Amino acid sequence: MASLVGYYSLLSGFFCSFLIIYFSIINFNDTKILDKRILSFTFFQFFFVVISFFGLIISFVVSDFSNETVFNHSHTTKPLFYKISGTWGNHEGSLLLWLLVLTLFIYLFLLKSVEQKKSYRILTLLFQEIIIIGFFVFLIKTSNPFNYITPIPKEGLGLNPILQDPALAIHPPVLYLGYVGSSIIFSSALAGVTLNYISKDWAKHIKNWVFISWIFLTLGILLGSIWAYYELGWGGFWFWDPVENVSLMPWLSLTTLLHCILVLEKRNILNSWAIILSITTFALSMCGTFLVRSGILNSVHTFANDPERGLFILIFLFILIFLSFFVFFFFHKNENKTLINLNWVSKETAILINNWFMMYFLIVVLIGTVYPIFLEVITSEKISVGPPFFHKLIIPFLIPFLIFMAIGPQLKWIKSNLKNKLYLILFLIISFILTVLIVKNLSINFFTNTILLTAAFFLFFITIRDFFKKKFNNLSQNIAHFGFSLLILSILFNNIFSNEIITNLKIGETFVSDKFKISFKDINQKDEQNYKAIIGKFEVIDSKGSNLIMSPELRIYNQPNIVTSEADIKTNLLTDKFMTMNFVQNQEYFNIRYQIKPFMVWIWISVILICFGGLISLFKKKYEN
Amino acid sequence: MKTKIYPIFLIFVFSIIFFVFYKGLKNSNIYTPDVKSQINIPKFQAKDFENNKTINSKDIFLNDKFYLLNIWASWCIPCREEHKFLMNLHKEKLIDIIGLNYKDNHLKAKKFLDDLKSPYKIILKDLDGTIAIEWGAYGVPETFLIHNKKIVKKIIGPLNENSILEIKEIIK
Repeated sequence: MASLVGYYSLLSGFFCSFLIIYFSIINFNDTKILDKRILSFTFFQFFFVVISFFGLIISFVVSDFSNETVFNHSHTTKPLFYKISGTWGNHEGSLLLWLLVLTLFIYLFLLKSVEQKKSYRILTLLFQEIIIIGFFVFLIKTSNPFNYITPIPKEGLGLNPILQDPALAIHPPVLYLGYVGSSIIFSSALAGVTLNYISKDWAKHIKNWVFISWIFLTLGILLGSIWAYYELGWGGFWFWDPVENVSLMPWLSLTTLLHCILVLEKRNILNSWAIILSITTFALSMCGTFLVRSGILNSVHTFANDPERGLFILIFLFILIFLSFFVFFFFHKNENKTLINLNWVSKETAILINNWFMMYFLIVVLIGTVYPIFLEVITSEKISVGPPFFHKLIIPFLIPFLIFMAIGPQLKWIKSNLKNKLYLILFLIISFILTVLIVKNLSINFFTNTILLTAAFFLFFITIRDFFKKKFNNLSQNIAHFGFSLLILSILFNNIFSNEIITNLKIGETFVSDKFKISFKDINQKDEQNYKAIIGKFEVIDSKGSNLIMSPELRIYNQPNIVTSEADIKTNLLTDKFMTMNFVQNQEYFNIRYQIKPFMVWIWISVILICFGGLISLFKKKYEN
Repeated sequence: MKTKIYPIFLIFVFSIIFFVFYKGLKNSNIYTPDVKSQINIPKFQAKDFENNKTINSKDIFLNDKFYLLNIWASWCIPCREEHKFLMNLHKEKLIDIIGLNYKDNHLKAKKFLDDLKSPYKIILKDLDGTIAIEWGAYGVPETFLIHNKKIVKKIIGPLNENSILEIKEIIK
């Protein structure tokens, strides 16, 4: 029943698109004000998609296995929370969520852009409706979430247990808010180009959308990363896995755009940058969707390997790309070329330099992700591009990047002089001395680590100084940059001071190393609603004599039958202690991995700080108004 | 003139990207080892689980008949899960199932069979795991479909509804 309502509601939403387009075209040259009907139909479209989405949620909650999506991804014994989150834990449902956010955002856009020109609002709406129609067709034609199966199965197949995690339950919606937010920027940039409206005013107006998308995208990536750390038990937060990379690429592009928009708002330059980045960000979001959904890349996100779906997203993606080319080359006039007069010592130059660095990072990630696909298609040779590639290409360039990030905010717009900037050198020296003190006793590569740590400390100290010096002036930028320096520092320390032990133990055995002793005490079984848990008990005694009980888990899920490993993680402000166990193909032995990871929490905290910086910027603007 | 070069260049580049992705779609990325040319089953000797008598492999697998060789162990949790499928096959009397008890403790293996009943016609012991290596097994459980002393199909991991259907399809 709920499925039926959902399906027809979906069709009605699709139908609304045509009404919106029809009225928009009529209204375009018609009157000065926006036709009320357009706003109402945009609302109705959103409303219908909401109904449809709730229809799917209800089908999941009541375990209506006559619905194919529910049958494939749910099970009666699943806890209610995961029944609901299972709604978007699959291909069909997650696309419906995309559509929901798409329609919500365009409605909000119309509400929030009242003071803008009518033609600009309508054009943005039209471009957005192209995207919306694309998703409607995709959903209805290739991935209908409301397909029936007869006879009705008694039981569903269950949700992949590794997706049954609180962080992952909210990871897709948050990430989608970021992705879809970039679609609004995309449509609005295209509308702006068509009307030759990419200017200070446009920047001021679109800035909020850029910030909102950026915050959600950052949070979404963070949640995914937390999930990989706690649930997958890989013992790290970033693996340069193609699936992670495709979310990082729009982030890099969006971060660059965010800085361009700030320059555009103040100085009315970098217009072309802003347009191209708006297009790139959305194209990369779509490209990510294509790569992870089509089965070209194999991962947990590859919900279904249906070539028809992949082909559809591919064609749709390229239609949008070629459409934006057309709009850009046909309408874009680079008229204020003569006006660009960048002074070498100014804030905008610093931003521009770092934008180029960011573009470089983007290209590295893009090549590292896409090149293996190209190579496989052209020569059918399989290669794997791993962390060393990214580390080698990114880390050296992070050094000037961090330094410019510290210096940039110290400079003024337009033109700045270098007087009174001696403290910069002073801070650089302090950072260097501090780094040398830390690094010299460690057996690590002295040269790169020293320079990198120095640069990170430099940014760290400069931003701390700014907290005192500038107080609340430019607080958002300062918090975000401070967060970034903290992120780099935590990652570096995490790398330098990490410790890992992998061994096989059976009950009663003890592993001894020079740093600690691990004894396998015993093992317990516990029956939960949808899985059976095998819980190990380990005592870890370190060189100082303090002992710690670790209890990693193995979960054997009944539906579908999968064994997952739950790490036991003891977190405090300084270090994470991390233990996983796994079956060995012999009855008594278990494979134990014990890791000490310093500053793990600070990685999460610093990313939250970065988001918080963005959030403040949103509110600050309201406050000023 | 200059302005025309960029769009043409970009369209060209993106068309190539489109083409590569399009071709990439056709290559499925899911890796399933496939026994393309049928391989002869290995010749080996093993002890019988029940009476410890040495059996020669050529006495077990006769020509013109289908057999299922199932590698299992009492410590292997997925083996428990797949057991019901083996029992069903056994009850339907469609095929003779040969068990290969892999690196197992005799008493525990016996308890496993007492609890869950045995679907096997013969059970062979593979205490040190060498016979499984001869067969080219990756791990436990693993199942081989044999016809005319050749491996027709190999199923890595526990059996499920689909693999059972496939097996039934082949032996029909």
